[in-house]
Amino acid sequence: MFSVTLRCLGRQVHQQNKSLAPLFTYSKNGLNTEATFDTKPFKLHKLEEGPATTVTLSRQDALKYYKDMQMIRRMETAAGNLYKEKIIRGFCHLYSGQEACCVGMRASMRSYDAVITAYRAHGWTYIMGVDAVGVLAELTGRSTGCARGKGGSMHMYVKNFYGGNGIVGAQQPLGAGIALALKYQGTDGVCLTLYGDGAANQGQLYEAMNMAQLWKLPVIFICENNGYGMGTSVDRASASTAYYTRGDYVPGIWVDGMDVLAVREATRFAIDHCATGKGPMVMEVVTYRYSGHSMSDPGTSYRSRDEIQEVRQTRDPITGFRERMLSTDLATADELKDIDQNVRQVIDDAVKRAKSDKEIGLDELTADIMSNPIDTRVRGVTAFDTLTHKRIGPAVNS
Amino acid sequence: MALRNFLTRNLLLNKCPLRISQRLSHFTFVPDTVSASEGETQRMNLFQAINNSLDLALSSDPTAIIFGEDVAFGGVFRCTVGLQEKHGKSRVFNTPLCEQGIAGFGIGAATAGATAIAEIQFADYILPAFDQICNEAAKYRYRSGGLYDCGSLTIRAPCSAVGHGALYHSQSPEAFFAHCPGLKVVVPRGPIKAKGLLLSCIRDKNPCLFFEPKILYRSAVEQVPVKEYTMPLSKADILVEGDDITLVGWGTQVHVLREVCQLAKDQLNVSCELIDLVTILPWDKETIAQVGNLNIMAFLSFSLLQKKFLKWETLAI
Repeated sequence: MFSVTLRCLGRQVHQQNKSLAPLFTYSKNGLNTEATFDTKPFKLHKLEEGPATTVTLSRQDALKYYKDMQMIRRMETAAGNLYKEKIIRGFCHLYSGQEACCVGMRASMRSYDAVITAYRAHGWTYIMGVDAVGVLAELTGRSTGCARGKGGSMHMYVKNFYGGNGIVGAQQPLGAGIALALKYQGTDGVCLTLYGDGAANQGQLYEAMNMAQLWKLPVIFICENNGYGMGTSVDRASASTAYYTRGDYVPGIWVDGMDVLAVREATRFAIDHCATGKGPMVMEVVTYRYSGHSMSDPGTSYRSRDEIQEVRQTRDPITGFRERMLSTDLATADELKDIDQNVRQVIDDAVKRAKSDKEIGLDELTADIMSNPIDTRVRGVTAFDTLTHKRIGPAVNS
Repeated sequence: MALRNFLTRNLLLNKCPLRISQRLSHFTFVPDTVSASEGETQRMNLFQAINNSLDLALSSDPTAIIFGEDVAFGGVFRCTVGLQEKHGKSRVFNTPLCEQGIAGFGIGAATAGATAIAEIQFADYILPAFDQICNEAAKYRYRSGGLYDCGSLTIRAPCSAVGHGALYHSQSPEAFFAHCPGLKVVVPRGPIKAKGLLLSCIRDKNPCLFFEPKILYRSAVEQVPVKEYTMPLSKADILVEGDDITLVGWGTQVHVLREVCQLAKDQLNVSCELIDLVTILPWDKETIAQVGNLNIMAFLSFSLLQKKFLKWETLAI
């Protein structure tokens, strides 16, 4: 009887939560609606003050970030398995271990901010709005893939996500250009331009940074530093491994990339800086990839299995976040298990679809080469073999 | 005339009565052989032959250095295996990820006296270095009136289709460089040619680009002479004698064309001549100019037409 009364009381309180919030911080499940955490300190370059190291996380956000990170982890594992079964061919670069980066950054992005990244793009594609079927079916080359199967692993696109780029560093000046366009469009949109520690040694990065600083372009140059450029460790490739300072005159922040909340906070700070017309910023997110550079690389010839195990056990972004949620009663273990089950189901279904959906027809071989060709005949294998060009649907950026 | 019409309309793969049971990307590697006078031979595939050639270059030339992405441990295609252990870290070393930097660095080293052998990890990535190669390397001797040159520069890169490479691990960029005077561009068809041609490129006094068809790295196996030898650049090889039509190709396509020659003979009773161009630039004008009935690549056609316009029935493709 007494317990029923309390429960009714609790329900009433929950409904009038605004006025009674200071008294009751528990939801009817006995869980917290929010919790506060400290992140690792940020390192700053040419900045007087940086992002806050004390962050607040709501239960709703916590569940969302957890689910997103689990989805990406499972999706990448599924992609790896599909590759081993030879259903995915070509190249496949997995994001496992780096989930906190894209989830944290997306959490602070507005709906009109843009992203461009390199080839380790599956996690980004998912977080920018393509569902698991869209990603996995693209990897297996089916028409339900986000690029109708024509792009594959490195060429996934969706609105405000400019890919997916195969050539190392080529996306850096593109990011500066997108930022210019956003500036001209009059929204305070920002372009997040991601690259790796290997690409940080490309000349075109410094060309892009110079233009961005000169013209105060709203671009955040983000180095996802996972410690290795393919098989070369950062110390053997870069004279300076303090990637957040490599912008020289561009202010920079060093972020612990395994902590989704730190990433979110730093991104919020950076977006605020860029969106208020102060020019570009550099962010170095220190993260780790569990798999090799790509599926052709076992990932153990240049680093020890102990090192990989150590990161998995002490710094895994999903495990760490899960512990935070459980220790502050933001969620129950059962709830998280339900999410895990749900994620598993979604990915399993997506894998089935990715294996069984149809491919596009051969007529698409000569589709979308040019915009308004004067002559729609396209040369085939021989000079007498003509195929017909066609345009399929409007472009996302038209 | 009727034969030419028949061939041009029907020899080409998809309209042809020929039954091609294999997929278009399949080919059979046909190994070259050498005469017994070449001495002892060893079974080598393409990357082993290239490795051997690089080893000989480093052993014979104390100024030779090899650099590129991941070359120290042996390279992503194992072409430089063992070279750092044998010749030392100062002569075989890794560069960071910067193709334009690698090419420019190589030009500088070559100009100052080193025999610089640069590796671009995939020919698809040579494009950022295009400016350095075509504007700096190719024109150095000319613009300095002969005072300086980077002739001791050789740039090697794996090229061409491998089946699963898609946009950025399959390109054959030799045609981009084929219009740049001052450079030499070479594409081997197998291990024996590769070993000799690479050594020739390294020793040639002009900057050379050596494109290695990556699909042949493991699949092309020949009995390669173990001694040191070079092969002449700008010398095309007539691989199959024939009277009715001439096919010119290089690299992997040479083996595809061999099959075409055989199919044409078996099923159409047409006698094909097959020429491996070997050096794309400067190409062997003498050998090509002698052919009678030519099925020719576009960039060759203009200069040949200048020479022998009236004599041929040519088909520019």
